[in-house]
Amino acid sequence: MRGKRVIPVLAGLAGLAASGGAHAIAWYFQTPASRMAQDIDMLHQYVMWLIIVIFIGVFGFMFWACYAHRKSIGHKAEEFHENTTVEILWTLIPAIILVVIAWPVTKVVIAQKDTTAADITVKVTGYQWKWGYDYLKGEGEGIRFVSTISTPRDQIEGSAPKGEHYLLEVDNEMVVPVGKKIRVITTAADVVHSWWIPAFGAKQDAIPGFLRDTWFRPEQIGTFRGQCTELCGKEHGFMPIVVRVVSQDDYSKWVGQQEKASAAAGDRPGEMRGAQELVARGEAK
Amino acid sequence: MSAVIDSHGHAHGHDHHHGPRGGIMRWVTTTNHKDIGTLYLWFSFIMFSIGGLMAVGIRLELFSPGLQFIDPDFFNQLTTMHGLIMVFGAIMPVFVGFANWQIPMMIGAPDMAFARLNNWSFWLLPFAATLLVLSFFMPGGAPGVGWTMYAPLTVQMGIGMDLTIFAVHILGMSSILGSINIITTILNMRAPGMTLMRMPLFVWTWLITAYLLVATMPVLAGAVTMTLTDRHFGTTFFNAAGGGDPVLYQHIFWFFGHPEVYIIALPGFGVISQVIPAFSRKPLFGYASMVYATSAIAIISFIVWAHHMYTVGMPVTGQLFFMYATMLVAVPTGVKVFNWVATMWKGSLSFETPMLFALGFLFMFTLGGFTGLVLSIVPVDIQLHDTYYVVAHFHYVMVAGALFAAFSGIYFWIPKWTGRMYDEKLGQIHFWLTLVFFNMIFFVQHFLGLAGMPRRIPDYALMFETWNAISSIGAFGMGLAQLLFLYIVVKCIRSGEPAPQQPWEGADSLEWTHLPTPAPYHTFETPPVLK
Repeated sequence: MRGKRVIPVLAGLAGLAASGGAHAIAWYFQTPASRMAQDIDMLHQYVMWLIIVIFIGVFGFMFWACYAHRKSIGHKAEEFHENTTVEILWTLIPAIILVVIAWPVTKVVIAQKDTTAADITVKVTGYQWKWGYDYLKGEGEGIRFVSTISTPRDQIEGSAPKGEHYLLEVDNEMVVPVGKKIRVITTAADVVHSWWIPAFGAKQDAIPGFLRDTWFRPEQIGTFRGQCTELCGKEHGFMPIVVRVVSQDDYSKWVGQQEKASAAAGDRPGEMRGAQELVARGEAK
Repeated sequence: MSAVIDSHGHAHGHDHHHGPRGGIMRWVTTTNHKDIGTLYLWFSFIMFSIGGLMAVGIRLELFSPGLQFIDPDFFNQLTTMHGLIMVFGAIMPVFVGFANWQIPMMIGAPDMAFARLNNWSFWLLPFAATLLVLSFFMPGGAPGVGWTMYAPLTVQMGIGMDLTIFAVHILGMSSILGSINIITTILNMRAPGMTLMRMPLFVWTWLITAYLLVATMPVLAGAVTMTLTDRHFGTTFFNAAGGGDPVLYQHIFWFFGHPEVYIIALPGFGVISQVIPAFSRKPLFGYASMVYATSAIAIISFIVWAHHMYTVGMPVTGQLFFMYATMLVAVPTGVKVFNWVATMWKGSLSFETPMLFALGFLFMFTLGGFTGLVLSIVPVDIQLHDTYYVVAHFHYVMVAGALFAAFSGIYFWIPKWTGRMYDEKLGQIHFWLTLVFFNMIFFVQHFLGLAGMPRRIPDYALMFETWNAISSIGAFGMGLAQLLFLYIVVKCIRSGEPAPQQPWEGADSLEWTHLPTPAPYHTFETPPVLK
């Protein structure tokens, strides 16, 4: 069972959870949709339990002292104020614990950086305030589109009820096939943005003038949502990311549709489109 | 320092040689460390209130999804200024206030080494703070770039950005000048017999902090100056089109930024190291270890900066190095926590307000330190970077940590400063209200971060609604609780019970053992004789 934490506060808030509305109260990592996200969850739990045990140990002593060593019950202070052995022990033992944590973590760090042998490579460009997707390599290469938030303004301003995917929906979703390694190359056109899908455990800053990369392998079919995670100006909170993971067959169908639409619009492969043309196509304002 | 020998030694009440002059000019021209300490303390409270109002504005907008009160651009301005004002206007100056009041008295010196420079170091601050606040009223408003001021977003901002850069320079100058003063005073003006290893730990933590400040504030000045020239003078330090790199800014900023958080924390550790032994009626456990641990923390703080940058795309070796170095800092920090608990162990404890805040610090700073350990783990940080988990982490260490230490110190030393006791009942109420509301604001923010809520957004998806509402209610409560603190302090100064000469039986540093309560305007004009 994932993430079962002992939090005293949670009990009191359970009542709030029940009354809280149609959706569950999110309080932990989103359900992992990739092995990497799962590994990250496991590492987090490993460290969390360790921390909780140490915390209870140390503050057990502190609260015991607060109870049993009070002046008001007549406890007299002892004289000791140093002990070299104890100092050495409580320096070495935490250091050893850290090494014990660092060992499994190191393997995941290295794996997270290995973007080689990808099945599909997509370049993601951060703009103020939307994302551009360019399928560069693998099935679907040549597909290009801009992805902009599609939550209506009146929902944000409160004159219409908010939809289920409020602030996490876009006009054109990034589509990928399940089970394939997807390499994401990030860059930006203006300021630093950051591309993140929590369910995949993939986050990479998008830096203007530079290319960075990360990867994910989605293990489940479904729609996964994330947001820009680097302050990029006024609408930083309004440039979500949506990745739809489909079966291999459905992906091929989607690729076919995209290519047909592109041919019908008279696009040439690899062409650069200027601002006026983007506006005309409805891809910019 | 003047060669005049004051044969009166410790004068009681007014010193008839030179008492302070009256009126406004006293405060403008004072070179007395006690007066300057008082100026820093009141200034920091005013800044704390202004920064707090901004926080309330932020939490008001975040109370429920949708944009109700504040437009996204102004929201970014509030977030930025809240951070800058709290870091540079509130939490750093409050500890400089403690340094000024306490260091000379604790080492048996008559004043700081450079008394006039001390005056100037303070008066730079209100000028800088005015510039910061003024930026709101410029065309384009205050910069909406976050307190971290990343490039190239900063290049897009209006003139408010330039005012902010100017303010940051002045704030840095104040810190550097103050640090030079502190280092010189501590190294040269200790009373005979007070070796470095006999100094109160508070003085040690300030000595170390002052070196950190001198080393890192110029680096921040460099970063914001490069931003200024990229904005106006055609340079391209942070612009790839000219051969520059936005990530260069991040490296320079965080090389300052990481030691900066220890600059904030270490004096707080020093205060706690005075308060806990006093209320345990037992000497600080492991004094030498505490000195070495504090020094280790300071040194290690210079080699961990890129743990704020795990997602920029640095090579895996870089991520691993910074992760290991960051995890390493947990060792000396743990040593300090263990030593504080060991000080309490088998002591004779009482729980007046200074001790309550010190215990609150111990418990919650450690909790914040643990979430720091979680964040140091690269793959976990990939999920948590730039989310509310980070916001929760740093508020635990800086508010439940440094701010609680400051409250502890104020309640502890206010009898020595004013000759009057604060109202103990009200002090305890202030503590419990602050503790409860603080946790209400920030504990739930860990959940928001884990669940995927990014930082610095004025509106959010529906799954984040409940915790945001709770967090906002906590913010309103915590704000009101600080009005109680103001009342307690003013009431103490005006009409508090006269303090006994030794209000805290376990306190044993020089200001308690060798000076009257309240401390006279001039103290230790003749150095004390230490056995």
